[in-house]
Amino acid sequence: MPFGNTHNQLKMKFTPEQEYPDLSKHNNHMAKVLTPAMYERLRSKQTPSGFTLDDVIQTGVDNPGHPFIMTVGCVAGDEETYEVFKELLDPVIEDRHGGYKPTDKHKTDLNPDNLKGGDDLDPNYVLSSRVRTGRSIRGFCLPPHCSRGERRAVEKLSIEALASLSGDLKGKYYALKNMTDAEQQQLIDDHFLFDKPVSPLLLASGMARDWPDARGIWHNDNKTFLVWVNEEDHLRVISMQKGGNMKEVFNRFCTGLTKIESLFKDRGHAFMWNEHLGYVLTCPSNLGTGLRAGVHVKLPNMSKHAKFEEVLKRLRLQKRGTGGVDTAAVGGVFDISNADRLGFSEVELVQMVVDGIKLLIEMEKKLEKGQSIDDLMPCPEKL
Amino acid sequence: MASSFTRLISGRNTAVLLASLGAGTMATGFLLSENSSLAAEAKKKLYPPSSDYPDLRKHNNCMASALTPAIYAKLRDKLTPNNWTLDQCIQTGVDNPGHPFIKTVGCVAGDEESYEVFADLFDPVIKDRHNGYDPRTMIHPTDLDSSKLTHGMFDENYVLSSRVRTGRSIRGLSLPPACSRAERREVERVVVTALAGLKGDLAGRYYSLGEMTEQEQQQLIDDHFLFDKPVSPLLTSAFMARDWPDARGIWHNNEKTFLIWVNEEDHTRVISMEKGGNMKRVFERFCRGLKQVEHLIQERGWEFMWNEHLGYILTCPSNLGTGLRAGVHVRLPKLSKDPRFSKILDNLRLQKRGTGGVDTAATGDTFDISNNDRLGKSEVELVQLVVDGVNYLIECEKRLEKGQDIKVPAPIPQFKK
Repeated sequence: MPFGNTHNQLKMKFTPEQEYPDLSKHNNHMAKVLTPAMYERLRSKQTPSGFTLDDVIQTGVDNPGHPFIMTVGCVAGDEETYEVFKELLDPVIEDRHGGYKPTDKHKTDLNPDNLKGGDDLDPNYVLSSRVRTGRSIRGFCLPPHCSRGERRAVEKLSIEALASLSGDLKGKYYALKNMTDAEQQQLIDDHFLFDKPVSPLLLASGMARDWPDARGIWHNDNKTFLVWVNEEDHLRVISMQKGGNMKEVFNRFCTGLTKIESLFKDRGHAFMWNEHLGYVLTCPSNLGTGLRAGVHVKLPNMSKHAKFEEVLKRLRLQKRGTGGVDTAAVGGVFDISNADRLGFSEVELVQMVVDGIKLLIEMEKKLEKGQSIDDLMPCPEKL
Repeated sequence: MASSFTRLISGRNTAVLLASLGAGTMATGFLLSENSSLAAEAKKKLYPPSSDYPDLRKHNNCMASALTPAIYAKLRDKLTPNNWTLDQCIQTGVDNPGHPFIKTVGCVAGDEESYEVFADLFDPVIKDRHNGYDPRTMIHPTDLDSSKLTHGMFDENYVLSSRVRTGRSIRGLSLPPACSRAERREVERVVVTALAGLKGDLAGRYYSLGEMTEQEQQQLIDDHFLFDKPVSPLLTSAFMARDWPDARGIWHNNEKTFLIWVNEEDHTRVISMEKGGNMKRVFERFCRGLKQVEHLIQERGWEFMWNEHLGYILTCPSNLGTGLRAGVHVRLPKLSKDPRFSKILDNLRLQKRGTGGVDTAATGDTFDISNNDRLGKSEVELVQLVVDGVNYLIECEKRLEKGQDIKVPAPIPQFKK
């Protein structure tokens, strides 16, 4: 909650044991890392804006687990959360991001020319291609903790910056609370509209407060570049189109992001970034690049193969249903994307997706013909 | 313990002083730099109350009717002694513009002092919700003498079950929207320890939500006793479902006629119920049980939150006063189809709900009929009102069965001056 939380100080009159959450039935990253001793050391702290340990972990306490994924179970309320509570968050980050150490440096690379290939994913299999990331605006609290005033300030800045985009990036902002029925229906039909979160993972962290105040969607006239304002992060930036031209999607993504960043800088605001964590976002799972590059791809045979999961693991890819993270796949169509976010650059991650999808499609074609895929198996994943 | 807070809340000025002192004890000394989030103090200056004022244009709840930019500006930076804020009180009303069946309240208390520190908001909300009751000037009568109840036996051809519920809060501990895990566990400990002292027809046992066996859970479901994690956004937006199911549980007596919910929407909800129409016995057990529980916690130095203006203090302003809902499940096939039904209920100061509770509509001919009012009338008065009113409804139903006409009764007056 905004404006400080000295309620935290009053908890000090109870012992750490009395306040320690019951995590006995829990299976998330936070529950694996937190200990009573750690809780005792951290519970008296708060960030400058008043975000506390209990604020960080509330979502993980309230949500013991998830059927499809290992959830993180903690969120940041501001940039400083990752510093003040590093004793908890560093091991969470290490666990979640494949052994990323507190001393590691993260590389940012948004130069699309460095991507090799990716313009020719077979459209008989790849239905659509998409790259998304998030950005946070330095100096403002994040969605779990921001006040209405801050959230509105983020919206106002975003509208101004996005209004300056031109060419194929020129577009329009639709505030969630003001859109007409016709506009709303169009956004739904385009699969652009985000709704008030229903996932208890998000609700428990306070991100849905004051909905739909200061939330909105911006997209370019071509409907290939989309920005969500004040949903789960300050900004979510999405480049997408039908078909398999991931290169074009990534080009637009990089161009648009770079342009937006400079427009914010012109107005005196940087994105939250540092050389250890890369881009700082609300959920620790999105640190680094915050990038999820993926396709909707038809793999009816491959998905029934006993080695499907192993192949994905070795390719450093993950599968989801086409409804997003909380859904299962339907009709053999999967959302396949990079599993990593931190410790690899944007170019490296999109390259993994491009190369991985190419291989999966080759395998699918072999299986269609009744052939074996053994000689196509990728090497065991490099650690 | 109770005594220190009792002294603190004895005067309005004291509460306000403490609240403003609370703001000054915040962690200070963090520099404002362009690279960091603003320290809380600096943020208050940069974001004046007008920048934070909620958009309530599409809202229809008591909070939205009462809140003004001026009130918000005056109260935004105040804290209760437990450091609860106005924004936290109103969050549920900002997040939930309205409800299909009822005008919701739209604000909650985080502690006993909320009603005092944020009186500029809560007083008009209370007036709106409780028929003009003015907490500044009026005194609320508490009366738990069940012997005063008359005609409390209903015709069981019509009344299927009878029930009286209320809530009680333990003074000195924060309420469900605000409490820490330790406070909530302390509420559980205090209440469960006290309940273990009940004897005779009130002897029973406690089932912790997190620890009950599958079998116990099924039994509680079959008995219609089990409450589940709130799904209503009215409650989840008010932070009441945090840490579920930690320190939540259900206690009931062996006869299954006296039931206490621990740490659901209030510290305790106390329910007396049985099948059939013996409201007199239900109310007698209710009063006796409540008095015994109160006595048992007082033995250990605790007491219930209560004052002479607001009566029993509960989380939602709608439950102030008696916190009492006395009701029946009653079959009214003919009367419910009569166009005068709603007016009759209104004049009798009764409300109808579906038999699934406040968020449901009635199915078939069976209704949950209960008192509208909570504050400004005593427990005895309200239960008598339900008894007299339901008896009248049954009379109407019988007359309609015989083809006779019915009369809309004169409206019952609201407050005794």
